[in-house]
Amino acid sequence: MITPEIVFTIVLLPLFASIIAGLFKPYIGDKGAMGVTTTAVSISALLSLFTFYHMAFKHDAQPAFTEILYNWLNTGDLNLNFGVMVDKLTVTMLLVVTSVSACVHVYSIGYMHHDPHRGRFFSYLSLFTFTMLALVTAPNLLQMFLGWEGVGLASYLLIGFWFKKPAANAAAMKAFIVNRVADLGLLIAMLTLIVNLGTLDYAVIFANIGEFSDNTFNFLGYDMHMLSLVAALLFIGAMGKSAQLGFHTWLPDAMEGPTPVSALIHAATMVTAGVFLVARMSPLFEFAPSVLEVVAWVGGLTAFFAATIGLTQHDIKRVIAYSTCSQLGYMFFACGIGAYPAAIFHLTTHAFFKALLFLGAGSVIHGVNDEQDMRKMGALKFAMPITYFLMLIGSLALAGVPPFAGFFSKDLILESAFMSHSTTGVWMYALGTVAAFMTAFYSARVFYLTFYGKHRGDKEAFKHSHESGASMLIPMIILALGAVFSGWLLHDMGNLDWWQGAISIQSYHTGLESAHHITWQWKYLPLVIVCLGGLVGTWFYLWRTDLPAKVSSALGFVYTVVYRKWLVDELYNGLFVKPIKCLSKYLYLYGDVKFIDGFMVNGLGKATVISGMLLRKAQSGYIFHYAFVLVLGVCALMSWFIL
Amino acid sequence: MIADLLFFMFASVLLLGAVGVVSAKNPMFSVLFLVLCFFNAAGLFILIGAEFLGLLLMMVYVGAIAVMFLFVLMTVDMSVDVKERKSPMFTFASLAIGAVLLVELIFALMGGVASTGRIAATIPLVDDVENIMQLGQVLFTNYMYPFITVSMVLLVGMVGAIVLTHRRREHVLRQDIGEQISRTREESIALVSPTLGKGIS
Amino acid sequence: MENITLNHYLTLAAILFIVGVIGIFMNRKNIITILMCIELILLSVNINFVAFSAFMHDLNGQIFTFFILTVAAAEVSIGLAILTIFYRNRHSGAVEDSNVMKG
Repeated sequence: MITPEIVFTIVLLPLFASIIAGLFKPYIGDKGAMGVTTTAVSISALLSLFTFYHMAFKHDAQPAFTEILYNWLNTGDLNLNFGVMVDKLTVTMLLVVTSVSACVHVYSIGYMHHDPHRGRFFSYLSLFTFTMLALVTAPNLLQMFLGWEGVGLASYLLIGFWFKKPAANAAAMKAFIVNRVADLGLLIAMLTLIVNLGTLDYAVIFANIGEFSDNTFNFLGYDMHMLSLVAALLFIGAMGKSAQLGFHTWLPDAMEGPTPVSALIHAATMVTAGVFLVARMSPLFEFAPSVLEVVAWVGGLTAFFAATIGLTQHDIKRVIAYSTCSQLGYMFFACGIGAYPAAIFHLTTHAFFKALLFLGAGSVIHGVNDEQDMRKMGALKFAMPITYFLMLIGSLALAGVPPFAGFFSKDLILESAFMSHSTTGVWMYALGTVAAFMTAFYSARVFYLTFYGKHRGDKEAFKHSHESGASMLIPMIILALGAVFSGWLLHDMGNLDWWQGAISIQSYHTGLESAHHITWQWKYLPLVIVCLGGLVGTWFYLWRTDLPAKVSSALGFVYTVVYRKWLVDELYNGLFVKPIKCLSKYLYLYGDVKFIDGFMVNGLGKATVISGMLLRKAQSGYIFHYAFVLVLGVCALMSWFIL
Repeated sequence: MIADLLFFMFASVLLLGAVGVVSAKNPMFSVLFLVLCFFNAAGLFILIGAEFLGLLLMMVYVGAIAVMFLFVLMTVDMSVDVKERKSPMFTFASLAIGAVLLVELIFALMGGVASTGRIAATIPLVDDVENIMQLGQVLFTNYMYPFITVSMVLLVGMVGAIVLTHRRREHVLRQDIGEQISRTREESIALVSPTLGKGIS
Repeated sequence: MENITLNHYLTLAAILFIVGVIGIFMNRKNIITILMCIELILLSVNINFVAFSAFMHDLNGQIFTFFILTVAAAEVSIGLAILTIFYRNRHSGAVEDSNVMKG
């Protein structure tokens, strides 16, 4: 039996741990901080597992419930509460977030053991866990938004954890600012909902959504279909958090943060918040088919473009980051074609294998003296065999090779896309399959560049390259178990019935239902393509290592553009950053220095001094002057009253 | 007719005296002009029927205040030869403001009091009773408390003047009765046993 | 005194008042003259009161004059006392020397 208290405990334990670790570090020390946070999050993870088991696997599964912790604010008709809403979607996310978080906590004990600010790091990690849990358990959009901003903050703090590194600071700010831009959409969506529906409670919104299906809303002077507008704005928020095309620029830069952070936040949990949001709001999105079309296209294009960039990058973490982008794209186009269960299924499996990959990458980086450039790695297979093996599992799962987790979920998405009987669906299938080819290719690339061939980096570092300690390997092994078995264990997630109403799909979306009716050619085409990609990758990076350079020079300009990430960063720099910088500079020079500092602050001081000097002359000290002024005043008053 | 003539006489001398007070170089002359002013004002008071106040003005101002001015002038040396640094601008401005104020005052009283008509008197003047008697009857009944208060003001003024001007001179032996009475035996008498032939040193 | 109206008295008092006021700030020589000017101003007020009292047949005006006389006496005594110690401290009674209040 799952009581609300258990869920509250799951959510609040990390918060308390974070506060203790953050504020009382001087008393409990780094070890204490690590112990408290890791224990708390581990307990949360075990409770989540328990909850998930109860809700998902038992035959007499508990129905969803909502519990209010306390009333937050009450203005007019708007009533907002803190609380938890527990349904299948929530428990799935709980399981993902807490288990990955617990693994990352344990992993960080080993990974960060040289860092002088470990206490702060663990406090941030737990804070992140709490906000993410608050996000996924929220019974209304506002608490969700609170968690949403909270994870943004935690992400900012953790990307910029090594605050002495200018690149880390810049990346942290970039992540924060890009997310702010997108969050504006989310905020406006919430306000639109308040204006039109008068509530932010999921339950109320979903219960009444049908009545509003034809409402229009005047936004910026245009009458729009209200639900489409809300859905579009929500999706903008989701795009920012999930680093979709257009807002994707922050995610690769976020790799400046410590690797466990990349694993937890920028791969497994936070970036999937956007997908979670779309799935959570599925009853609303279902009434906005045009927006879903956009969602699908954005997702598909992100899957494709991010994969192309992933092919060319040299930084091991960046490759995996672009791979994350790409996989998030899969999830979004699954949502876009109405296959939310497939998206969440992929989210779950992806969390395991992507966290595993990141932690593996972290283990490699840790082993070779903090080198991240794959061009300076190689031949690490024997130095770190366990990592090698775990990375193999992760890569296979990412590529979507059966029987690993990625195969089940990715396959379901592609099948659903193909069977949705729409042009978009087929396009998505095509984009997804091509992206799958590239995924397999770059997975192979990372794998071979890291573990095979000759070592190309520092000889000294290679000599000292070593396998990581148990505290790093054990979480990876746990995640590897998830990466191997989660797809097989949780394949029920692919059915709409399993969700018991947590996700709703209108009947016009047939993709998911009919996914298993797909003919065998189309079902196995992606698998073949993936194997092909893997083989090409092997050919390029294991057998004919001279080929990549030839190909890249042959492609020339195209390669450069892809390597420069399709010049999106340059475009944004030219379009937004530079004008704003220029504007800021002038605002600083003229607005701040001249006007506020010069005119307002110093000017006020000067005006005081000058007026004081002038008034000082009036204080002659002579009685007759005072008397004169007095009479002058009397005279003026009399004039006033007489005239 | 004679009363009119008397009014204009008293008024003109009063104003001349006032100008004299303001413009006299020697403050001694100013005081004497002031005395002239008060005499004429007293004349006006008597002319208008306030005999007691007229006499009071003469007694208090001329007898007490003017004499006090003279007395102060005699004790402190108000040197007449102070160089005046009058700026013509200031003089002109002073006169201008005075003129404007005067015009405004006259303008006000032309349009004000005369036009509003009589207000009912709270303590009416009775024609066949002496002025001093009426005053006394009102002052000691209706205005008893203000009368006592104003006497306190006078007392405070007197005490204040004494306190302000009184100064304790150094090196003047005074008798302090309290100190004499509170003397104890210990601080007054010292018992010594002088050595024979040496005395007390 | 049929031709002499209240306005005559009031005008006289106004002129006297103005003379006193001008005297205060025209005078630079000594402070004692300022005190005398104040006496003039008070006198003008007294004339007003008495004139009102006589012309409006109300005794209150004279009562007030009485009080003003008293206050003026007290004021003069204090003023002269201040003047005395002022002179004692600064050895000068000139108005232009007394500018300690200069800012």
